[in-house]
Amino acid sequence: MKKNSILTRHNTTGWLFASPGFGLMLLFIVIPFILAIAFSLTNQRLMSPNAAEFVGLENYTNMLDVGILVVDPEIDASGNILVDKNGDNKYPRLRKFTRNNPDYPNVQGMKEWFSFSWGEQKVAIMASDLVFMKALVNTLTFVAFVAPIQGALALILALLINQPLRGIQIFRSIYFMPVVVSIVVVSLLWRFIYDGQNGLLNSVLNTLTFGHFKAVDWLGNQDTALGSIMAMSIWQAVGFHMIIWLSGLQTISPTLYEAAKIEGASPWQTFRYVTWPGLRNTAVLVVIVITMQAFSLFAQIDVMTSGGPLDSTQTIVYQAVERGYGKQDISGGSAMSVVLFLLVLSISLLQRYLTREKN
Amino acid sequence: MFQLDKDNPTLRLIVRYMVLTLIALIFVTPILFMMMSSLKPDQQLLADTSSIRAFLPIGDISFDNYKAAFERAPIGMFMLNSLLVTGVTVVLGLLVCSMAGFSFVFLNWRGKSIAFSIILATLIVPFETIAIPMLLMVSKLPWLGLDGFSWGWLNSYRVQIIPFIADGLTIFLFAQYFKDLPKELIEASRIEGCSWWQVYWRVVMPLSGPIIATAAILKFLAMYNQYLWPIMVTQQEQYRPVLVGLQYFFQLNTAWGEVMAYLTIITVPVLAFYLALQRAFIASIASTGVKG
Repeated sequence: MKKNSILTRHNTTGWLFASPGFGLMLLFIVIPFILAIAFSLTNQRLMSPNAAEFVGLENYTNMLDVGILVVDPEIDASGNILVDKNGDNKYPRLRKFTRNNPDYPNVQGMKEWFSFSWGEQKVAIMASDLVFMKALVNTLTFVAFVAPIQGALALILALLINQPLRGIQIFRSIYFMPVVVSIVVVSLLWRFIYDGQNGLLNSVLNTLTFGHFKAVDWLGNQDTALGSIMAMSIWQAVGFHMIIWLSGLQTISPTLYEAAKIEGASPWQTFRYVTWPGLRNTAVLVVIVITMQAFSLFAQIDVMTSGGPLDSTQTIVYQAVERGYGKQDISGGSAMSVVLFLLVLSISLLQRYLTREKN
Repeated sequence: MFQLDKDNPTLRLIVRYMVLTLIALIFVTPILFMMMSSLKPDQQLLADTSSIRAFLPIGDISFDNYKAAFERAPIGMFMLNSLLVTGVTVVLGLLVCSMAGFSFVFLNWRGKSIAFSIILATLIVPFETIAIPMLLMVSKLPWLGLDGFSWGWLNSYRVQIIPFIADGLTIFLFAQYFKDLPKELIEASRIEGCSWWQVYWRVVMPLSGPIIATAAILKFLAMYNQYLWPIMVTQQEQYRPVLVGLQYFFQLNTAWGEVMAYLTIITVPVLAFYLALQRAFIASIASTGVKG
């Protein structure tokens, strides 16, 4: 009995082989991960003479707190509503409520995020960390656009590449090429392509429309900056996911296609009833991988816009780095990292849920 | 139009190739533009953007931008730093991760399944979420070097290398590959008196060429393209990798010709590497597809 267990157990050897890799992963992934949660509950700074103190959820409330402020329009002595030049109601400045106003403790120190009219009143949504709120919304917007568009384009490319044509590998190699170019290089290159004055994109559009196109400062305009970064990010990474789709496509048995052909299926029917069902797990994987990468958006922002113009390209990771590294506020940066992790985790749980029947 | 095409196979083929080529242009032209612009003086570079000349090496062609870029920034040093950090990390990473994979597949030890679950769990932790606490951690870690004992890892090569040697994906890929190797081979070598190290080094590793190539390519790409971590830990130029060195060229009124030259210098080695080993590159990306 004992002899037997000696033959099949190799505790020492097993540990010796596994420990360099496993130990490094504990030290540089697991411990920092636990530290992220721990620091986010303190006021830890990168360099500080004072020991860090436990502050509970303060970092999270400072970051995520929102309040609603309902403001009545200003009225003159006779009770009429004052209007401005455009005929809109005039409202008192929100500063009155957010700065040391004992009647409104719930919006103390907050700034206006956005507002809308509700009858005569104005409803203002206030945020205690306005920039982070914008970063959160921008990141989610980025993910919401990039994940489906990049996934779909990658699938179209994979279908094109999967055709039995001579020289098709050349096209496959070309479509994949931007993936091996660093995103930092791509970002700086596209800063020139997007340039408002001399940029390549403006010049090309101008030539194609015979001079009718009005030059746009793609990265300098809040309406186009995030979209421009999305387009570039998709251009750079779509080849990666094309390859993953392609390997999924190649697992589908050719006999199924032959059967479809004999049945006289149209190309769309073949895709709908043969190809797509065979790609379900690949689809989930592709969307999850793109989503996780998209949530981590940082280098493009750092190189191209630094979060501007007017915070329209702020992202969670960019904010976390600005806090944790730029302002040396490790605890604030850690709290943002934890929020990011929770977002990624929820996506992974969704993946588990979507592929559950297989397991 | 498509109705017409259906009857004519040649025309259909031409349309297909045209579509493929147009898409290829979208991917190629920015990179081609970068390379061609690096050879032109700024004035011509800007003038050329309005025509096809932007993508052609014509006009006043020279390597002046490269000369100027090398004068503006210590590019050679940055490049060596990148190659050193990437090279050492890839080599040590392959060793350490393949050993761990070997241990998980061929050896029985207490805690193995928990350890493997932890490794799988790390796959959903993006580096970005642990970078900030790790910054504080490495600033306080001890180190015993040639010049004695010291505290703090910032501004060094080790801070760029050691945290990235082991990673979950590489261990997982090795484990997946090892699982498909014939078990009898391992048993036979044990019976013939090989030590476990010999089984690993003499039997298993020589059979693992494809997965070593895959893992090396993935790790090389990840390391060479590191950006977030080195900008935080290399305030001193001396240790900066080539991508962080790009910050020299960030300021406004950029000399675009020089920027394009620097971008080309960074990109050409990777691109050459890729073009030489296309199949292996694409196979390595495809293998990450088994991750789910």
